[in-house]
Amino acid sequence: MVQTFEPKSDYHVVGRSPIRHDGLDKVTGRAVYGGDVKVPGLIWGEVLRSPHSHALIKSIDTSAAEKMPGVFAVATNADFPSPKAGEIDTGEDVVNFERDTQNLLAKSKVLYKGHAVAAVAAVDRNTALEATKLIKVVYEKLTPVRNVDEAMAKNATILHDNLVGDHLGEDVKKTNVARHFRHEFGDVEKGFAASDLVVEREFTLQMVHQGYIEPHNATAIWDESGHVTAWSSTQGMFAVRAQTAGMLRIPESQVTVNPVEIGGGFGGKTKVYLAPVAAILSRKSGGRPVKMIMDRNSVFEASGPAPGGKIIIEMGVSKDGKIQAVATDLRYEAGAFPGSAVGAGAICVHACYNIPNSRIDGRDVVVNKPKSAAYRAPGSPQAAFAIEQVVDEVCDKMNWDKIQFRLDNAAHEGTRRGDGVMFGKVGLIETLEAVRNSAHWKSPLEPSKNGKLRGRGVASGYWMNGGNKSTVDLMLQDDGTVALNEGSADIGGTRTSIAMQAAEVLGLTAEDIHPYIPSTDSIGFTATTGGSRTTYATGYAAWEAANGLVAEMSKRAAVLWGIDADDVTFANGKFSSSSDPELSIGFKALAGKIGDTGGPVSSTASVNLGAAGAGYAVNICDIEIDPETGKTDVIRYTAVQDVGKAIHPAYVEGQIQGGAAQGIGWALNEEYFISEDGSMANHTFLDYRMPTALDLPMIETILVEVPNPLHPFGVRGVGEVPLAPPLPAVANAVADATGHRFPHHPIKAGRIIEALSR
Amino acid sequence: MPTKHIKFTVNGVEQEQLVDSTWTLLETLRDKMGLTGTKEGCSNGNCGACTVMLDGKTACSCLVLAPEADGRVVTTVEGLETGGKLSAIQDAFVKEGGLQCGFCTPGFLISTTFLLKNNPHPSEDEIRLNLAGNLCRCTGYDKIVKAVERAANG
Amino acid sequence: MPSFDYAAPTSLAEAVKLMGSSGTVRAFAGGTDLIDQLKTNRRNADLVIDLKRIPELQKLEMGSDGLHIGAARSCSDVHHDATVNRLYGGLADATGLVGSVQIQNRAAVGGNVCNAAPSGDTTPNLLTHEAVAVITGPSGTRKIELADFFVGPGQTVLQSGEILQELILPKPPESSASAYLRFIPRNEMDIAVAGVSSFIHVDPATKTVRKARIALASVAPTPVRARGAESVLEGKVITEALIASAGDAAVESATPITDVRGSAEYRRELVRVLTRRTLSICLERIGISL
Repeated sequence: MVQTFEPKSDYHVVGRSPIRHDGLDKVTGRAVYGGDVKVPGLIWGEVLRSPHSHALIKSIDTSAAEKMPGVFAVATNADFPSPKAGEIDTGEDVVNFERDTQNLLAKSKVLYKGHAVAAVAAVDRNTALEATKLIKVVYEKLTPVRNVDEAMAKNATILHDNLVGDHLGEDVKKTNVARHFRHEFGDVEKGFAASDLVVEREFTLQMVHQGYIEPHNATAIWDESGHVTAWSSTQGMFAVRAQTAGMLRIPESQVTVNPVEIGGGFGGKTKVYLAPVAAILSRKSGGRPVKMIMDRNSVFEASGPAPGGKIIIEMGVSKDGKIQAVATDLRYEAGAFPGSAVGAGAICVHACYNIPNSRIDGRDVVVNKPKSAAYRAPGSPQAAFAIEQVVDEVCDKMNWDKIQFRLDNAAHEGTRRGDGVMFGKVGLIETLEAVRNSAHWKSPLEPSKNGKLRGRGVASGYWMNGGNKSTVDLMLQDDGTVALNEGSADIGGTRTSIAMQAAEVLGLTAEDIHPYIPSTDSIGFTATTGGSRTTYATGYAAWEAANGLVAEMSKRAAVLWGIDADDVTFANGKFSSSSDPELSIGFKALAGKIGDTGGPVSSTASVNLGAAGAGYAVNICDIEIDPETGKTDVIRYTAVQDVGKAIHPAYVEGQIQGGAAQGIGWALNEEYFISEDGSMANHTFLDYRMPTALDLPMIETILVEVPNPLHPFGVRGVGEVPLAPPLPAVANAVADATGHRFPHHPIKAGRIIEALSR
Repeated sequence: MPTKHIKFTVNGVEQEQLVDSTWTLLETLRDKMGLTGTKEGCSNGNCGACTVMLDGKTACSCLVLAPEADGRVVTTVEGLETGGKLSAIQDAFVKEGGLQCGFCTPGFLISTTFLLKNNPHPSEDEIRLNLAGNLCRCTGYDKIVKAVERAANG
Repeated sequence: MPSFDYAAPTSLAEAVKLMGSSGTVRAFAGGTDLIDQLKTNRRNADLVIDLKRIPELQKLEMGSDGLHIGAARSCSDVHHDATVNRLYGGLADATGLVGSVQIQNRAAVGGNVCNAAPSGDTTPNLLTHEAVAVITGPSGTRKIELADFFVGPGQTVLQSGEILQELILPKPPESSASAYLRFIPRNEMDIAVAGVSSFIHVDPATKTVRKARIALASVAPTPVRARGAESVLEGKVITEALIASAGDAAVESATPITDVRGSAEYRRELVRVLTRRTLSICLERIGISL
């Protein structure tokens, strides 16, 4: 029986915005990130990467590198033990051991430019780099497959000879489509027949990168006893442990992952790229600690970007403003190995609407690009780019109000999602109403004074959010402050929002709780910080642990007073006897006397949450375009989101603003520009154009709170859904400004000029 | 490996270092001197994470060779506080929530220090223009701009 | 990076001597191009020579023959200089666009010139001001028109052992102005997709164009003068229509390629638009309204 909760309104900590616990270390430079780790005897590892997008490896000769002075060891895929069968779920991504060991060091083939082929450990970084140049690899080049069209073409070059595609339950050989699945209910053909307007559009998107400023890193020791100790900037220490142990074929209990700060992840730091390789180099170097940091080019070319692909949507509506049917075809780029976010994309694509007849086809397509990984609501932004533009076009053609149409067809509790699952309590309707009542929506778009074109766009987005496993330990200190250990890597401020949830129960301030993120040996299993699960699930564990702490302290108060434990109550930060009103003691005072009542007091809670509360967001974007150059500027932006309950409102705003900024960059300028030979031409921050401070306006946020009944404080995950609506909000604004649709991402200046000249 | 003996002032302390001609100032600070507050994001001057103050002006330390620092005055994020007290800018960033992961923060603090030294009360546009060389992927810049305004206006 | 040695001469003579060292010798000022190139193996060196400590190369002063800009003087110093802003507006524009504040604090105008990228932001404006390059080497000092300085992408006429010492920009006449605009997809930090610098000298009484110089960035192997556009303008009374024709004519001087930053077609269109716009800004700066 899943517990449900009623929302409250009289919190003393929850809903405020205290100073973050990690702020001091981060503004003084004291905070230790993965790249800052120093251990005695440290040596450096560097990687040799493929110059070709698709080639057979005929031979690798590492002898010259091995002999170079200063070199300790060289490793190739042959140094991995034969991979174990099977997969693990890291929370946002699936790791298939056979494929992922080949991704970390290529086996018989290189499948993208930048694919790691060998690694060297040497006395310093420069020596390691120079040594990689001495490794001789003989390649036989193959035709690169550069996008889903090329991958699915008749007579396409096949990436994996042994890949057997699952196409609607049938095994298919010699294919680049690893999986083709379908979700269907109702009868879409009947639905289209009953429609007064049917719109069909095809959209294409290019691959993009999460763009975290900190490159991937790992330091590893594989010692003489067979134990691996690692430090790595990651969203999940336990995921690093599981992947490293799995790839090295040692028990997870033989791997310790130590915590470090992480410089941005957004889903891209849930899989490992370096730790197992560093461990192998360490073992081959006599147990020396080996540190590896990816250079920026390699981050672009060889980590886990978000898929591009093709999406075809057909939507039928009737004159009364109702959606009759939607048929969607999603083809996402998995990159070099199967496993794109097309499954999640399929769940999200119809999720903002109550659709009676729905069909969704999803295809996971391998191409010669780096293996894709999660990026903030993975699969959802691409899906939203497509469906929200179709909705916009339908409303334009039928002259319908764009908010009213969405309200009339909004998904709500009991609506069936595209994959058949029914929604619980969700807040899309409340979010749309908040948009309609917002200052931004109510103020008319002023025409520009200098001949520029202006437009306004609105779009919705969805993310299901996650639950999963988390552990929290609380330890009472004698001054009544509490040390809180939790296993969730902090990528956005969760250590404070988790501390606040404990503080709320205990009647303490956020400052009285000292959160720590310890190693994987020092805290119970906690799933990755991803899936927008952390404030929800680890917060839930903190709430449970805090209640446990109160129960234990109540027993100690009973001992102190010589009464029955059942007689003790706790409210407003005080323990009291329900029978004798004279007996009362504050939390901190009791903590000072705990030694008189028994041993130290601590409390642990572990949760495994099945469901979570889904998140919806709707964004409004005003855009101004220079019609002579196509230069596009966002002049006003409002992001409205159902956050359930904002534990720390300022952090929630920060998550929403960050997601909006990423989405604006994605829509307008970010893309993997693929050359003839299949390589990424723009693999630097100069030409992979993320927004700078000068490219964005202030981003207004409106937090709607429709509490999630599954959480004690009503929390819904907030971190991911912000990235779903901005792409179509921008696209719809550009369409409004120019009178042209832009179904091909990115919406670059050159394309705008070309459309305007038609 | 040609080495150079350099004398420079780092965070107010005069010191000498033996550096390789090919090292950057960034590597010298981080790997030789243990001042890991300054970060490496891209190594070619496009992200600003490695921004330090060099003779009173901001520079991307990944594009400064270590020997160039001979005779110069360098300030890094570790040198912004005085007597154990945070600078007004550091304090403003913490209080306004002008950071999330914090990786870009040292670079922003140095760039902001330079901006407010030359322009004590910048407009929002001036703030954004002068910080355009520091990339942030977490915040969308909103709370960073607000932190700078808070530091400028007290 | 492979190993190299470093030297920081404090006099021109010392610099010239070091430039004659054996092996590959590269001079640099800001280093924002060279150090990146060395890191990525696009250029190599056995010896790098830091020119920043040579007093002559830090000059920024008005002489009888014009403005002297020492080759190592930073873009940000040039950008903030009062004389530059008053008389060489386009150069003030350009030096404020060379990358971020951090880059401008280090990068030198002279370095931008010697790097000879077709997309360099300062070179078009220097060409419109008919800058002279002062080159010093083992055989002494020579002066050439900057227009003759560029040979191809990344290639200049500098011979082995020579360094660019300074640029001299002749003093512009009264009733003239220059401006520089470029197109980039973001608002800063990008390499120009296309850039245009214009200089015009207009008789205030008759509104006749006495002299026009227009130069283009990113649309040819080197920065290039749009001489056709200049002839369209010179000797005629300036009007909106004339400005538009100059824009059209400037396109003829562009031979752009299609690459990751933009298509050839789009770059041509930008040349048309930016030529018009820079000419209008020049008129505003002179104080002439149409």
